[in-house]
Amino acid sequence: MSAVLTENTPPRAPQESPGLWTLAWRRLLQDRVGMVALAVVILFIAMMLASFTGLIARDWSKESGVSYANPAFLAGQENLEAKAVAAGGAVSKAAPVDLSDVDPLAPRYKEWEERAAKIAVTETKRAETLAFGGDKWGRDVLLKVIKGSEVSIFVGLVAAVLATIIGTFLGAMAGYWGGKTNDFLEWFYNIFTSIPYILLILAFAAVFKKGLDTIIVILALTGWTGIYRLVRAEYIKHSAREYVKAAQAIGASHMSRMFIHILPNASHVILVQLSQHVVSFIKAEVILSFLGLGVPVDMVSWGTMLAEAQNELVIGKWWQLFAAGASMALLVTAFSLLTDSLRDALDPKLK
Amino acid sequence: MTDTTPILQIRNLDVRFRVDRKHEPFRAVKGISFDVPTNTTVALVGESGSGKSVTAMSILKLLPENAIVSPESEILYAGKNLARATLADMQAIRGKEISVIFQEPMTSLNPVFPVGEQISEVLRTHMGLAPRSARERAVALLNEVGIPNPQLRVHSFPHELSGGQQQRVMIAMAIACEPKLLIADEPTTALDVTIQKQILDLIASLQEKHQMSVLFITHDLGVVGDIADHVVVMQGGEIKEKGLVHQIFHDPKDPYTKALLACRPRLDRRPVRLPVIEDFLRNETGPKLEERHRGTAEGDAVILEVKNLTKTFFLKEGFFGKRAVPAVKDVSFRLRKGKTLGLVGESGSGKTTVGLTLMRLHDATSGEVLFEGKNLLSLTDREMMAYRRRIQIIFQNPYASLNPRMTVGQILVEPMKIHGIGKDQRERVDHAFSLLKRVGLSEQSFYKYPHEFSGGQRQRIAIARCLTMKPDVLICDESVSALDVSVQAQVLNLLQDLQDEFGLSYIFISHDLAVVKYISDQVMVMNEGAVIEIADSDEIYLNPQQDYTRKLLSSIPKGLEHQAA
Repeated sequence: MSAVLTENTPPRAPQESPGLWTLAWRRLLQDRVGMVALAVVILFIAMMLASFTGLIARDWSKESGVSYANPAFLAGQENLEAKAVAAGGAVSKAAPVDLSDVDPLAPRYKEWEERAAKIAVTETKRAETLAFGGDKWGRDVLLKVIKGSEVSIFVGLVAAVLATIIGTFLGAMAGYWGGKTNDFLEWFYNIFTSIPYILLILAFAAVFKKGLDTIIVILALTGWTGIYRLVRAEYIKHSAREYVKAAQAIGASHMSRMFIHILPNASHVILVQLSQHVVSFIKAEVILSFLGLGVPVDMVSWGTMLAEAQNELVIGKWWQLFAAGASMALLVTAFSLLTDSLRDALDPKLK
Repeated sequence: MTDTTPILQIRNLDVRFRVDRKHEPFRAVKGISFDVPTNTTVALVGESGSGKSVTAMSILKLLPENAIVSPESEILYAGKNLARATLADMQAIRGKEISVIFQEPMTSLNPVFPVGEQISEVLRTHMGLAPRSARERAVALLNEVGIPNPQLRVHSFPHELSGGQQQRVMIAMAIACEPKLLIADEPTTALDVTIQKQILDLIASLQEKHQMSVLFITHDLGVVGDIADHVVVMQGGEIKEKGLVHQIFHDPKDPYTKALLACRPRLDRRPVRLPVIEDFLRNETGPKLEERHRGTAEGDAVILEVKNLTKTFFLKEGFFGKRAVPAVKDVSFRLRKGKTLGLVGESGSGKTTVGLTLMRLHDATSGEVLFEGKNLLSLTDREMMAYRRRIQIIFQNPYASLNPRMTVGQILVEPMKIHGIGKDQRERVDHAFSLLKRVGLSEQSFYKYPHEFSGGQRQRIAIARCLTMKPDVLICDESVSALDVSVQAQVLNLLQDLQDEFGLSYIFISHDLAVVKYISDQVMVMNEGAVIEIADSDEIYLNPQQDYTRKLLSSIPKGLEHQAA
């Protein structure tokens, strides 16, 4: 063999030929629906990042309009609630009753009024209409949607990544090792999936304190099961393949076979699962917040917006519901279409 | 044979496939013409990509949707041009007048219906038989194709039958309506050699009995000699040569036909190198090659000794029960240094399990594998690492044995990294380049992915991967079985050159007796997990001691030897 070793080094080829990922990317570029969906998703993520860094929607909580301000395109519509607030809160139709003889605080009212008069109250002029209307406190719905995307998309992405890591790791273990490891993990998986999903989430939510991180942990801990099942199947299929046997024959370790040889070949499944879970976790966050188990009151998410909107809808203020619902539907649809295109582009069978 | 009009005339058949919007359609069949005369068997021979299957499928309009058949193409059957026939016309013809047998009987039969039901369906649709008489006819057909106990077997599901029996059922379905033309698309490729012989005999006898014509598609010229009257040789969508089988074998005109005949190993010759197609394209007569002597002598050094190797698989049965399935029973042999031991047997004979077990890719149940005096089976994983590199394996399917997500460079450098061969990355890369050159691949290959290579090239990559570890023993597990004959010759030559150069010892596992005879010094015949016979390769072919060996040898298609004699 030494004769082979001493031969001259041949000139190196400058460029590598396209790998499967490059080819997949090229196929995706040809898919018009996929590209539009990708553009929408990128737009949403850019919006979320801009909001996170404070470039836009920083003063979302400012009460800039009158209560339930009309959207700009519905300026002419009568706003009874704003009038009621302007008239000084609830206007009682009953005749005023003199309570001064029974009210123990009655002697102090005058003093308090004098003290209050000393504090300068600058009443800002509240706008009659806002771009996409206002909520009960006159906050701009458009800004709320932008700020809300921050929580919703962040929760969706991070929880999906975490769930995918858990699912992939356990699935790889069960599928690769088989035997006892597989039995144990299957048993664990079966118990997990036998509990109704929403009940499991509620149980977790009841135990942990309220907060953004809690939602992420809850979703990740309850959402890994589907990914586990698919990754396990991929690993069972691939670990019997000849290229893995060939890797064993050259002496590659178990870890190397699991994560260097098999993982890239199952990556298309994992990637598609990841994006599908982003979609379902965005929805799950909305459901949790709607049920009041989601983000704290001082934050806004699409879910809390929808929860508020149910009362507003009764009095005919539909814009908050529409804004939150439409942006969620748009993102989720775009993400699903992107997932479909990704699956088509990454399917090695096409090659 | 008063009627001299051929049953099928193909004129200027031209088929293209649309690939995508950017590229020109790929032209698979380039304006070919040939006839299938009445009551004869015509063999359509060619390697993969020759367009033989596309030709056959276009007769019945079974091409995929992206196929374009040019308007000049004519497929004349009984005065009709099938190339222009409507779907309704075709459905009346398919199965009734012209029927097909496919390569894989396991996937061609519907797994959820009994075979009798599947045969009766054909009869009810095309012959309008009542269910009861269709059932009776199905039993008669199963009897005719040689399935034992046809009364019982009509109720069997496909998985309850063996591969050969499944192919018999497919043939029964195909002949159910007494077709005038039977198209057989590689009907024996997936079967063992003994079963192949039975199926070929069956097709030949049915052809004679029913006075039908057969269009037999195959890649194996050896099979052709046994069954066909006429031969059409195709390559790259064109007909290279057509004529009577006798003429093709005795006096081939086209260099491609000559090469195809010469590059398949034969039982009666053993040249030093197998001729390859390039030899014939350069030189019309082909090279004259001297014979190579094979065999072992008592004094040859032994590199690997296997003693009483046994491997038993356990199947679960019921709740707690286990059923032992012995795959390898008490196998012993010696591999001599620099020599090749051929391992032959039919599927299920345990030959692959022997290879995998002695590499410890399976755990052995008992026995010893002595390599330089050390029992490999008793070593710990850590101790085994040092020996792992010295015994390497080349798998059957070059499409499956290379990781599709790694470049050829990564594939070659990885084993050197694991075993610490070479000082640094640079030296390993240099070594990989020199090995690529040695197995006949370009330097560019280093940066490519496996899917960019053909089957033969991939097998070269797999060989190069083994060579990176400088092994002493190479196990070739059906390593050339999935390759075309011309490519098979090149890879066999490469393996032989490497053995001559580096003194490697091979264990060559194959179901193809001619290939084993060509490459081996010693041959071991296995059946049902046990060794039947072990002897020098010439000895075993000239003078087989056991009945099973004789049966195996008599099943080899003798087309070439008979015709050439």
